[in-house]
Amino acid sequence: MKDAATPVLLEVRDLRTYFHTFSGTVRAVNGVSFEIGQGEVMGLVGESGGGKSVVGFSILGLIDSPGRIEGGEILLEGRDLVTAGEDHLRDVRGREISMVFQDPMTSLNPLHTVGRQMDEVLRLHSDLRADTRHRACVEMLESVGISRAAERLKAYPHQFSGGMRQRVVIAIAMLANPKLIIADEPTTALDVTIQSQILKLMRAQIADKGASMILITHDLAVVSEMADHITVLYCGNVVERGRTRDLIENPAHPYTRGLIDSIPDTSERLDRLNQIPGSVPDIRTLPAGCNFRDRCPRAQALCATEEPVLAPQHNGLMAACHFPLQPGERP
Amino acid sequence: MFGYLIKRLIQMLLVLWVVSVIVFLMMSFTGDPVFMVVPIDATDAEIAQARRLLGLYDSLLVQYWKFITSLVQGDFGRSYVFRQPAMTLILERMPATVEMVLVAMVLAVVVAIPLGVYAGANPNGRLSRIIMSSSLLGISLPGFWVGMVLIYLFAVNWGVFPSSGRGDTAEVFGLRVSLLTWDGWHHIALPAITLSLGTMAILLRMTRAGMMEVSRQDYMKFARAKGATRRDVLYKHGLKNALIPVVTIFGLQLGDLIAFATITETIFSWPGMGKLLIDSIYRADRPVIVVYLMLVALIFVVINFLVDIVYTLIDPRITLK
Ligand SMILES: Nc1ncnc2c1ncn2[C@@H]1O[C@H](COP(=O)(O)OP(=O)(O)O)[C@@H](O)[C@H]1O
Ligand SMILES: [Mg+2]
Repeated sequence: MKDAATPVLLEVRDLRTYFHTFSGTVRAVNGVSFEIGQGEVMGLVGESGGGKSVVGFSILGLIDSPGRIEGGEILLEGRDLVTAGEDHLRDVRGREISMVFQDPMTSLNPLHTVGRQMDEVLRLHSDLRADTRHRACVEMLESVGISRAAERLKAYPHQFSGGMRQRVVIAIAMLANPKLIIADEPTTALDVTIQSQILKLMRAQIADKGASMILITHDLAVVSEMADHITVLYCGNVVERGRTRDLIENPAHPYTRGLIDSIPDTSERLDRLNQIPGSVPDIRTLPAGCNFRDRCPRAQALCATEEPVLAPQHNGLMAACHFPLQPGERP
Repeated sequence: MFGYLIKRLIQMLLVLWVVSVIVFLMMSFTGDPVFMVVPIDATDAEIAQARRLLGLYDSLLVQYWKFITSLVQGDFGRSYVFRQPAMTLILERMPATVEMVLVAMVLAVVVAIPLGVYAGANPNGRLSRIIMSSSLLGISLPGFWVGMVLIYLFAVNWGVFPSSGRGDTAEVFGLRVSLLTWDGWHHIALPAITLSLGTMAILLRMTRAGMMEVSRQDYMKFARAKGATRRDVLYKHGLKNALIPVVTIFGLQLGDLIAFATITETIFSWPGMGKLLIDSIYRADRPVIVVYLMLVALIFVVINFLVDIVYTLIDPRITLK
């Protein structure tokens, strides 16, 4: 799905991450595949509970019990992270792949200064001397738009606003020049006015460093501005993926169509009818067939018996649907 | 900061004043101390004379005024029994109590925090389950019972520890200290262990709960996403956060230890101020009881003040205002 010319940075193949809970096995990610080219931004979208965060944590090897990666491969420049040991993963985390969390109010340790939390990354991943590390932290903090950086390094997280904290988190994520940033709903917890500033900042940062990004969000409007490619997740499966423009303008999967139609149009007031009807099913008890069929206006008998698989559609899109939409067609 | 100290000082004085009122009322409504000071064969006239001397014919308000003014002037009265200043009596015995309480507290902390951290970090481990079950015992078994069992086992049956008294002490700056002699350690072991068990169990459970709570926090996962080891994340990021609630109850626990010391001292005949208190209650030796209660109130207030200071040292979000 990346453009043919760009070399692949990360390839996820048939990833399966399950949580073995008391009330049954949660197949949070159940056979997800995608690729990201170097310097590309991939949007990972879908409603809440679709498995987006679990994909992100799986890539970093941060799935804790009762969760487990049950199968698949996560190839970073050809090297599999699923089978890699914890030592290798620790070298990868923060240096090759870093992460930005949803809520900046909780992602920083309240008892450590911002400087110490930034410095930790450099101490973990470099042999730089203390003064060099300090200078790097000051520069990084300035580059995410925080003035009087040297002074601010001595401050504690509670002395920053939410937006400023997210800038700090981004600074920490960028500090060791990672090749890939996984941003998990980086603006969801922020004021609308600050959201676009943070997104601009992230775009500038990765463009500057030539890094790639997985932008996780439930907000298609955000990814359509930022991403080169989009992968749509539903109940732990990829239901559609493709180049941003093709996917937004002519989606093949009715679920994607539903997500696009539910983007609130700034010129109209939010219309309830535009929401996808129904809600995400309980993934512990998914029946046979297509997971989306109960909410799908195009569902037919076949959808209840046979699970659709990802197949090529128009404009190079891939979609898992028995009755995909044609360009211009409405469900 | 200065304003805070002033405010705190006024608060502390207020608390002590309230305690003085309560102590005074308690004393006034319990028993008649006059029989403690007159000989058994005293005549009615002598008793009346003693009453007058003790000021028992004055109104309560006047009595309280006399009581509080002499307290403020540092005149705490003489023990009816020992005919010595009550303060001197208490201060003589305080080091023994303080020593036992401190040993018990250190023991509790040294055992509880590492075990609590371990149990919180490995909530499903077999060892953690054993630790947690034992801590339940520590909470639910009454101290006097544990004390008697320990005496039975270690003193009576095996004869490894003495069952009573303080043993040899060494003198430092005029204070008698058990911890400087081997015999002193020998004597303090059982009472200190007995006293520490309850606090140990509570601190352990608080630490574990704190660690488990903290393990779920985003900043722990974020620290791991930076590449820190699980161990570093747990101890460098988690521990301090987990200990905040533990510090909060630390002051209360220290107060508990002082209170329970009276029981432990009685069981082990430990010559501390707690045992003196119990003896004085039996003898209706009012001045000693008053001094004990006021002193313990003062200790409480000071400890809680110190805990608040420690709190601000740990948590930058808290400032002294
Ligand atoms: N620690 C966990 N234990 C059990 N189930 C989990 C756990 N973490 C996530 N899940 C489940 O995995 C599914 C996907 O979650 P998530 O990836 O957080 O969704 P999204 O980020 O798309 O909103 C959800 O159904 C969620 O309940
Ligand atoms: Mg999520």
